[in-house]
Amino acid sequence: MSVNDTAAALPAATGGALPNGAPIPSALPLRFSAAALLWFAASGMTALWPDAPDAQEWERTGEFASLLLVAAGLLALAAPLSAILRPAPRGWLAATTAGLSASVPWLIALALGVIGWEILTAKLNLLPRPFFVPPQALLEVYLDDWPRLLDCFAASLRLLVTGYAVGSALGVVAGVAIGWSRAVGYWVHPVLRLIGPLPATAWLPIAFFAFPTSWSASVFLIALASGVPVTILTWSGVAGVNSAYYDIARTLGASQRFLVLKVAVPAAMPHVFVGLFMGLGASFAVLVVAEMLGVKSGVGWYLQWAQGWAAYGNMYAALLVMALVCSGLVTLLFHVRDHLLAWQKGMLKW
Amino acid sequence: MVALENTDTAGMTAGMTIDVQAVSHSFELHGAPLPVLDGVELRVEPGELVALLGPSGCGKSTLLRLIAGLEPPSHGRILADGRPIAGPDPSRVVVFQDPTLYPWRTVRDNAALGLEARGLLRSQGHRVDEALALVGLTGFEKAYPHQLSGGMAQRAALARALVNDPRLLVLDEPLGKLDSLTRLAMQSELVELWRRAGFTGLLVTHDIEEALFMATRVIVFSERPARIKADLPIDRPYPRHRGDPVLTELRHRILELLGLAETW
Ligand SMILES: Nc1ncnc2c1ncn2[C@@H]1O[C@H](COP(=O)(O)OP(=O)(O)O)[C@@H](O)[C@H]1O
Ligand SMILES: [Mg+2]
Repeated sequence: MSVNDTAAALPAATGGALPNGAPIPSALPLRFSAAALLWFAASGMTALWPDAPDAQEWERTGEFASLLLVAAGLLALAAPLSAILRPAPRGWLAATTAGLSASVPWLIALALGVIGWEILTAKLNLLPRPFFVPPQALLEVYLDDWPRLLDCFAASLRLLVTGYAVGSALGVVAGVAIGWSRAVGYWVHPVLRLIGPLPATAWLPIAFFAFPTSWSASVFLIALASGVPVTILTWSGVAGVNSAYYDIARTLGASQRFLVLKVAVPAAMPHVFVGLFMGLGASFAVLVVAEMLGVKSGVGWYLQWAQGWAAYGNMYAALLVMALVCSGLVTLLFHVRDHLLAWQKGMLKW
Repeated sequence: MVALENTDTAGMTAGMTIDVQAVSHSFELHGAPLPVLDGVELRVEPGELVALLGPSGCGKSTLLRLIAGLEPPSHGRILADGRPIAGPDPSRVVVFQDPTLYPWRTVRDNAALGLEARGLLRSQGHRVDEALALVGLTGFEKAYPHQLSGGMAQRAALARALVNDPRLLVLDEPLGKLDSLTRLAMQSELVELWRRAGFTGLLVTHDIEEALFMATRVIVFSERPARIKADLPIDRPYPRHRGDPVLTELRHRILELLGLAETW
């Protein structure tokens, strides 16, 4: 968000050097052109420079070069656009251009990275194989193996969402119960203290033996991994609620139920979200391990399988998508939090 | 300003009688009992506005908590309209020293708290807007507490109390943290409100002028444990004038009772 704001401000500024030695905005079309040129170079180099003779022949080199060409073409289009749209009028086109202009340094660095990667692998064959593959090998995986990748990601997501939802829901309920009821706290607190610090993966052998299917065992492990931090933080949130909040509600005729649902839970929400973030991170780790060791599907299994066949291209391809998906899920949780906790000071957006 | 509808009995009969009978209270502090109230005996008639004055830490807020029903007294008993107080009740509403609005609720939702808690929001939701108008917060319904000034937050807390049409309004230093201008204005507004709505009022304050300007009676407490040192009727008509020589004379007497006469 803040990146976009800065970017939107960029074309609107009139001359003068920006802080951090950034070029003046009138250089924007120039910078777009530089980026476009580099992507053209990457495309041309990939297509025209023959692969190293001692290397294996890479399929999809042509497709990869075309992809780079498309990227270069779009950037070349953005260069005159960014000049025309200054001073920036409103609209999605201007917003897109502005967003793109903020990432120009990244686009340049990426082009250089692709060029270096391509030269070191396909063109000169300087890196040990089969551990290092050129970028077109990843493209090959996406083009040829996408049905299996899609299957694996769908299976992983199903497992993750089920386990995380169960764990979070139980965690919030348990946390509120411990924070609210002395009796529940008396019994659950010692158990939580003993078991909480244990990594969920330590339960793996027992879980696969005790549950009827490896899938339900994995749901249990993910729920455990996400449920423990959610429980502890919800509990600390509920325990820390200003007691004056309860006094106010009680003098106004609130029932116990109202005190829990309308006072304790909303007041503890900021803590609950810290727990939800921690739990999400923990559930990623458990998901991959569980899939590698038990469930015969999913991203973890795919990574394992790729390693077994020394198919490192498949592994990198899966890792890249996985990074995008995990980061997307964290971003999604951030959005939910920003929406639900809009009342917090300094977070409100009108 | 818009007047709050009096749904039941109108006028001075809406107030509640409070009878504090030989109430003593002590807390546990570091394993030893800390006596806070010592044989407090106080009867408040319907429609009175009684100010409680006393040194800081003597036990005024504690007495208010007992009357609100948030805690039972260690000794003695408190009757509301002749019946012993067993717990909190929306007919006895407290405005605490801090506004303590819920930060996750808008001003309107904060004011609606009592109706919502009792399941009356559907049928009586219009009272919320009336109460907000009464305290001058129209236009801020959708604001969050952190967007309000101290005075506005205190008004919102007052609206939250008034929505419930209390028969006893307990005010614990409600104006203590406001700047002096806002404070003077709100003193007049509170008196107006009390005269029109007819509830019984209990006002804790550390400001003698405020007590004399607003109350029908001033109770002066001793140091902790609090005993009643004096019970002074303020028999002056409303609206009062701050320069009234009778009030000035009373002020002198209260300062004497509090051991501060030499500052006169
Ligand atoms: N919950 C509590 N536990 C122990 N001591 C308390 C508690 N509440 C108040 N006290 C003590 O009781 C005394 C009276 O407090 P309070 O009624 O708040 O005084 P004030 O007259 O200033 O409103 C103080 O000494 C305070 O420390
Ligand atoms: Mg007090």
